[in-house]
Amino acid sequence: MIPAPAFLTNPERFMAFSRWAAPMFGAIAVVLAIVGLWLGWSAPPDYQQGATVRIMFIHVPAAIVCEVIYAFLAGASLLALVFRHMLADCAAQAAAPLGAGFTLLALITGSLWGRPMWGAWWVWDARLTSVLILFLLYIAYLALRASLDDEAKAARSAAILAMVGVVVLPIIHFSVYWWNSLHQGSSMFTKGALAPVYAWPLFAMLAAYLAAFGSLWLVRIRGEVWRRRAEAAALRMARA
Amino acid sequence: MPDFDLGKYAAFIWPAYAITAAVFAILIAASLNHARRWRARAEALSAKAANTGAGRK
Amino acid sequence: MSRLGALLARETALAWGRGGGPLVSVGFYAGVATLLPLAIGPEAERLAAVAPGAAWVALALASLLSLDRLFERDYEDGALDHLALSPVPLELTCAVKCAGQWLATGAPLALAAPVAAIALGAPLALTPLIFACALVGGLAFAFTGGIGAALSLGARRGGLLTAVIVLPLFVPPVIFGGGALAAFAGGLPWAPGLALLCAYGAAAVALGPLAMAAACRNALS
Repeated sequence: MIPAPAFLTNPERFMAFSRWAAPMFGAIAVVLAIVGLWLGWSAPPDYQQGATVRIMFIHVPAAIVCEVIYAFLAGASLLALVFRHMLADCAAQAAAPLGAGFTLLALITGSLWGRPMWGAWWVWDARLTSVLILFLLYIAYLALRASLDDEAKAARSAAILAMVGVVVLPIIHFSVYWWNSLHQGSSMFTKGALAPVYAWPLFAMLAAYLAAFGSLWLVRIRGEVWRRRAEAAALRMARA
Repeated sequence: MPDFDLGKYAAFIWPAYAITAAVFAILIAASLNHARRWRARAEALSAKAANTGAGRK
Repeated sequence: MSRLGALLARETALAWGRGGGPLVSVGFYAGVATLLPLAIGPEAERLAAVAPGAAWVALALASLLSLDRLFERDYEDGALDHLALSPVPLELTCAVKCAGQWLATGAPLALAAPVAAIALGAPLALTPLIFACALVGGLAFAFTGGIGAALSLGARRGGLLTAVIVLPLFVPPVIFGGGALAAFAGGLPWAPGLALLCAYGAAAVALGPLAMAAACRNALS
């Protein structure tokens, strides 16, 4: 067994830890969001993008966090498969709807950011297209999990899918960027260093989004732990 | 100081923020609800199991 | 080795025979190729512009058709249990199943693809590349599709679920093959696209069976 802190491996300790950790992360998220939004809206409008640069502060963090969540989903799935650990499976199941939510946010804000710039509600630029495919991967995970009646089998099957997904995801990213460069697609996001007046609020918002995910993830994992306890109790009673 | 004059882009920026706020609200509500619901159920069932167990003894 | 050979023969025969085999896939493919000009209008130039890409996408979709039959039939009548217990590793069995699938449906589709593309107005010079892409792509589609089929064993609406799982996995070969075809049509180097497609196909053949076997063991447990 790999050495791991007790609050991650022992369900009781985890529940005790998450009881204070979840609200704490939530509070951190709120503070960071306020700071980020204040700084972001105090920055002058961008030379090229005008005021729409304000959307960057809610689009880019969502786009980054939705990828991070998939990595966590795959990691938790790996632990669930290898160690058959209940907490790991709870973590994977809890992460999926959150990941889908953040991905959806990235897509919607990306579309609203692109519309004033490019005149179209959707541009097939490399980043948005990759995020769209990531959304399909989340949907596939949720659909697979929901469609198998045997819960243990559904969990393992979905875990295998998550790991296949995390292996294919870099290939998908590469292929989409390759495709985009081939067709000289419009690049929505100008390359080059971000001015500090935008970089700081962006980092603050990114940290806020990560803390928000952390908080929500802990809450959902708690819910999953209770769900399994409830179902185990119901099973015992049905047998008794 | 925050500058709220968005000019012609207001129709895109405000909805973007509004939708973000809405999605966060949904995620938060759903997650808290999910946890609360299953906690109640787990505790009710374990109380019931304890009762029937005590009754049997 | 003779055991594997027998298995391959069985799988190919089953894929060929059951449910019309190549006929259904090719028929579907022809249907899609017919629907396209009906939908977007018969202007030769517009069709010719989308012809290689459309033929390629239709190929991917036609590969989805016979996927749920890949494992389902054997799972339901217990043959998969026997295959799992045989001395041949399950990974190899899954690989042979996908290979049989490719031989029975992927190869005929690879023959049909250039025909469809020409019917839609693609230049004649494109046909060898279309055939090559369809052959290699068919392999990639069969092996990645097998992953989806194995994962959705025992699920309700397995066919639809398989498609949902597998479509993101189809994105790289669709991009690489389509890119090679578009590059050729535009006079640009087509080799990188084809090379990437072959690389993806090789990876699918090498790694896909690992996921498939794990999924089958899970379903049988």
